[in-house]
Amino acid sequence: MPMYFVRRILFAIPLLLLISALAFALVHLAPGGPFDRERAPASPEIERHIRAKYHLDEPVWKQYLLYLGDLAHGDFGVSLKFRDHSVNDIIAQGLPVSMTLGGLAFCFAMIIGLPLGFWTAAKRGKWEDFAGSFFAILLVCIPAFVIAPILILIFSVKLQWLPVALWETPWHMILPPIALGLFFAGKIARIFREGMLQAAQSEFVTAARAKGLAEHTLLLKHATRIGILPVVSYAGPMLADLLTGSFVIESIFQIPGIGVFLVNSSLNRDYTVVVGLSLLYAMLLIGMNLAVDFVYTVLDPRVKYE
Amino acid sequence: MSEPNQQISPAKLAWKRFKRNRAAIISAWFLIALLVAVVAWPMILKFGGTPFAQMHNPNEISDAQFNSPNAQHWFGTDLHGRDLFSRVLYGAQISLLVGIVGALVSFVIGVLWGAVAGYAGGRTDAILMRIVDVLYSLPTIIFVIVLFATVGEAMKQAHFVQNSPALEKSLRVILLFVGLGAVSWLTMARIVRGQVLSLRTRAFVEASRAMGAKPHWIIAKHIIPNIFGVAITYLALTMPAIILYESFLSFLGLGVQTPMASWGTLISDGVSQINPIRIYWWLIVFPGGILVATLLALNFLGDGLRDAWDIKNRS
Repeated sequence: MPMYFVRRILFAIPLLLLISALAFALVHLAPGGPFDRERAPASPEIERHIRAKYHLDEPVWKQYLLYLGDLAHGDFGVSLKFRDHSVNDIIAQGLPVSMTLGGLAFCFAMIIGLPLGFWTAAKRGKWEDFAGSFFAILLVCIPAFVIAPILILIFSVKLQWLPVALWETPWHMILPPIALGLFFAGKIARIFREGMLQAAQSEFVTAARAKGLAEHTLLLKHATRIGILPVVSYAGPMLADLLTGSFVIESIFQIPGIGVFLVNSSLNRDYTVVVGLSLLYAMLLIGMNLAVDFVYTVLDPRVKYE
Repeated sequence: MSEPNQQISPAKLAWKRFKRNRAAIISAWFLIALLVAVVAWPMILKFGGTPFAQMHNPNEISDAQFNSPNAQHWFGTDLHGRDLFSRVLYGAQISLLVGIVGALVSFVIGVLWGAVAGYAGGRTDAILMRIVDVLYSLPTIIFVIVLFATVGEAMKQAHFVQNSPALEKSLRVILLFVGLGAVSWLTMARIVRGQVLSLRTRAFVEASRAMGAKPHWIIAKHIIPNIFGVAITYLALTMPAIILYESFLSFLGLGVQTPMASWGTLISDGVSQINPIRIYWWLIVFPGGILVATLLALNFLGDGLRDAWDIKNRS
């Protein structure tokens, strides 16, 4: 089995190359360049010098190879818009912020979603199940950019309990994770409920029930271990999603994470930042999926990879 | 696996089950009512007399800025004194259109891809499904943001659209159709392939083949009617995802551009009016509420269809 994971890691390398090539091609092949919107149009010579400095005068494939060469040394290149910043700087500044936001949202989603899912599964078919399931699907249908401004209007503007925006004190760190996490809480509740109901039908649960185990021990100890598996496989990509920042939440609350950088850099054709952040995101996603498969083998002894 | 009652066709059986699902029926009526309102409202404005039409013109700027909801402006007015009720219904045109056409694009790609992979089998199947696996592991949201930011910006600068705003508008919407449809077909392809793969070995298909039926007969008579339910169900479930994508992109300023409006741009306008002194809650609650209600209805409808066609949850 260790061989399986080694193979998966090796397979990730061509995948990352593919992603970098795709992102590179996408930003470079679309017309327009990073210096099109400079305020004072420089003289043609100066512009030529700037383009030569960043190798923008070379053919695209050559630029890509140069980029890969730098990347091999762990260097994501220099931002073309924020001249005194390297992409590594931007990641070093933004990623901790995005990760804190995402981590808090992840915890919030789990704290709400898991009990809700368990409760609706345990009360299957009763009115509690209908109410809880409706609540969960409602959460899934409320986008972050709808719930965030409503929370701001209630808790920041009307009641004035919490700050409207920014990311400084712990008080600033309450509304954004909640607004970000509610959707995922609903999703987790739905997935966990489904997983529990399926686990409750499996043979080992029937066997345990035949042995006379109490119903709550059955659910908590036996069914949960298998019922949680769909949640685990969803939680991996979700964590990658959350950690790299939510574009909407960061822009509403003016949080200096990397999500805002990605949107702005794509608009500004800041080639190096776009490709660098896309790669970072892809690495996290692939890493999380790998971690999910590993956790699977620990939780479910029936799962074996070859 | 024989049906309990051989006389009832699968479609009729599904319809019978669907009718019993109250949430799905209410959702279907809500969606029909919304569609009727969206289509009928411009006509009502046309024939409703000049003052009425002027007051409710979604693009008519007036002095009635930031009116809270009242008898004349049911959803209130915005920064420029425009009637929000009309703007929500006009925004719905774009949001729903992108949802429907985008879902159809993903439907066509997904069904064709999955059906070819499942029916051809062997090498073709392996290659096609490997491609789907690789695309699954790509960060979709990043790709969509980068695609819309770069292509949208390039379109703004291109010469042939600069003197024709109408052309740029329609190109934007087409980009939304194609782009969002093109990133949403993966699940559909996987599900259709699985379905076709299992159908191919079923007894009635084998029997038909044994009796000398040609492949096109088998596909038309046996495969397509039997994947229909699954495909329709996932079409209904793809639609809210695409509507959500569109409003997300428009919220970030990457989707439709002013003066066009969708639910996403309306909510974004509302957010930009948040200030510590006055609360303009209607600017967020009404467009947001309609968006949430539509997503909810589509989800209930999709779940209802899934139960009606008795599709097991497979991953």
